[in-house]
Amino acid sequence: MGTGEILWNGLALFLTLSIFSILYKDNPFYKIAEHLVVGVSAGYFAIILYYNSFIPKVWVPVVHESKFLYILPTILGVLMWTRFSRKWSWVSRYPIAAYMGIGMGVAIPVTMQAYILVPLYATMQPIGFTSMALFNNLLVAAGVLCALVYFFFSKEHTGAFGGVAKVGIWTLMVGFGAGFGLTVMGRVSLLIERFTFMRDYLQKLFGF
Amino acid sequence: MSLNVVKFPVFPHLKKIIFPPRWLILFFLFLILNPVSSYAQEDLSSSWFNYHRVNMLVFLIFFFAVIVIFIERAKVGKSLFIRRIAGLDAIEEAVGRATEMGKPVLYISGIEDVDNIQTVASMIILGNVAKMVAGYETPLYVPVCMPFVVPIAEERVKEGYAAAGKPEAYNRDNVRYISSEQFAYAAGVNGIMMREKPAANLMFGSFYAESLLMAETGLATGAIQVAGTANIHQLPFFIVACDYTIIGEELFATSAYLSKEPKLLGSLKGSDLAKAIIMIILAVGALLDTLGITHFASWFYIE
Repeated sequence: MGTGEILWNGLALFLTLSIFSILYKDNPFYKIAEHLVVGVSAGYFAIILYYNSFIPKVWVPVVHESKFLYILPTILGVLMWTRFSRKWSWVSRYPIAAYMGIGMGVAIPVTMQAYILVPLYATMQPIGFTSMALFNNLLVAAGVLCALVYFFFSKEHTGAFGGVAKVGIWTLMVGFGAGFGLTVMGRVSLLIERFTFMRDYLQKLFGF
Repeated sequence: MSLNVVKFPVFPHLKKIIFPPRWLILFFLFLILNPVSSYAQEDLSSSWFNYHRVNMLVFLIFFFAVIVIFIERAKVGKSLFIRRIAGLDAIEEAVGRATEMGKPVLYISGIEDVDNIQTVASMIILGNVAKMVAGYETPLYVPVCMPFVVPIAEERVKEGYAAAGKPEAYNRDNVRYISSEQFAYAAGVNGIMMREKPAANLMFGSFYAESLLMAETGLATGAIQVAGTANIHQLPFFIVACDYTIIGEELFATSAYLSKEPKLLGSLKGSDLAKAIIMIILAVGALLDTLGITHFASWFYIE
């Protein structure tokens, strides 16, 4: 292991342990790691935005390709800086409104497709009790219907309606349980990877 | 009879939807009939209208109309009932507890930008929380992840304090930008939780892998926690680590309930009707599919 590798991997080991130290309580090591990651990420994003947004989406189209329409969104972006002035900060509402409007406009059809039509089509399957596949389809369809009833806000969840809604929330909880288990498995894998990194580093450093 | 003389006293805006201006009709006709389009279109980039997604357009127009009708009803003062959501009481309880303990309230609005509908809903809830804490004179900290959210959060908190009659209590520094990087933001928020020890953590918005990191730290500090997100994959973590969790669409219902804004109430009622129709379509589609009639389901197929 070279000197550079020893230093950089040693720093990574130190920062990993510093972050883990919050499991005990707040301490100076955690504060160092926290402030470092927040500060570095701010600087990192500033550079990323400059090279991935300003250069290819403003500088190159306007200066090199004479596409002057790109100046309009640039002006909107610059207007955000009026936030620094108490007198002119209201101007920043225009770029925010444009940003939100465009974002929503793009999101609505995408959401409609991904969260309504595609699942709706996928749920419309033959149902029955004669085979396991048909019964599974029946369970899925019934679960979806009950879960939708739970998200009805125009009616109190009482009586039979409340009973169906209760089945709906139980269906959701089963789904959440499965999701929780799956994600925790992924997180444990990340923890194992960190421990493996620390073990390998110490093995290489001390030669055991 | 001219279309323009048709009277629509109850829903003035509905007239525009049912009888759109001629230029709009011509525009849509042009889109549908423009010479580049055809059913056999291969290169979609050369066409303005994708015939493979007509069903999507129909759905969008239908839902849009339903929601506009309910918004108009709300605007003319029709009473629109919405059931109370348990999580709403939890917000008041959390703020009340923080006040009793003399500790601050921490409000986290997720890590998505303002073009995300969950962040918008979160900002509406933030305004109401600000009004609540201003009334109790409890400090409110709002660490923010995305730069565009900062001015909106500032405005909402400021408006909340003004609505409570205490504009002088608003402290602009309490709405803080932390970082746009997901885990740097989580580390910063965790640091605030450990140092400031807020008695109530309210987390509403769009969350990802940082949700458990923050909720777990909040649990360790002993804060009462109320969370809400429509990101299904993060809900399990909030459910296990928070005292109350607002699930999925309840987040939007909460914002509508708190704001009493006709547009939000109307859209919530409209989406309820849309859900009822979706349920009917689902049940009919599954039954017809079982009988071997697959044509109905194919109407909802998107390429």
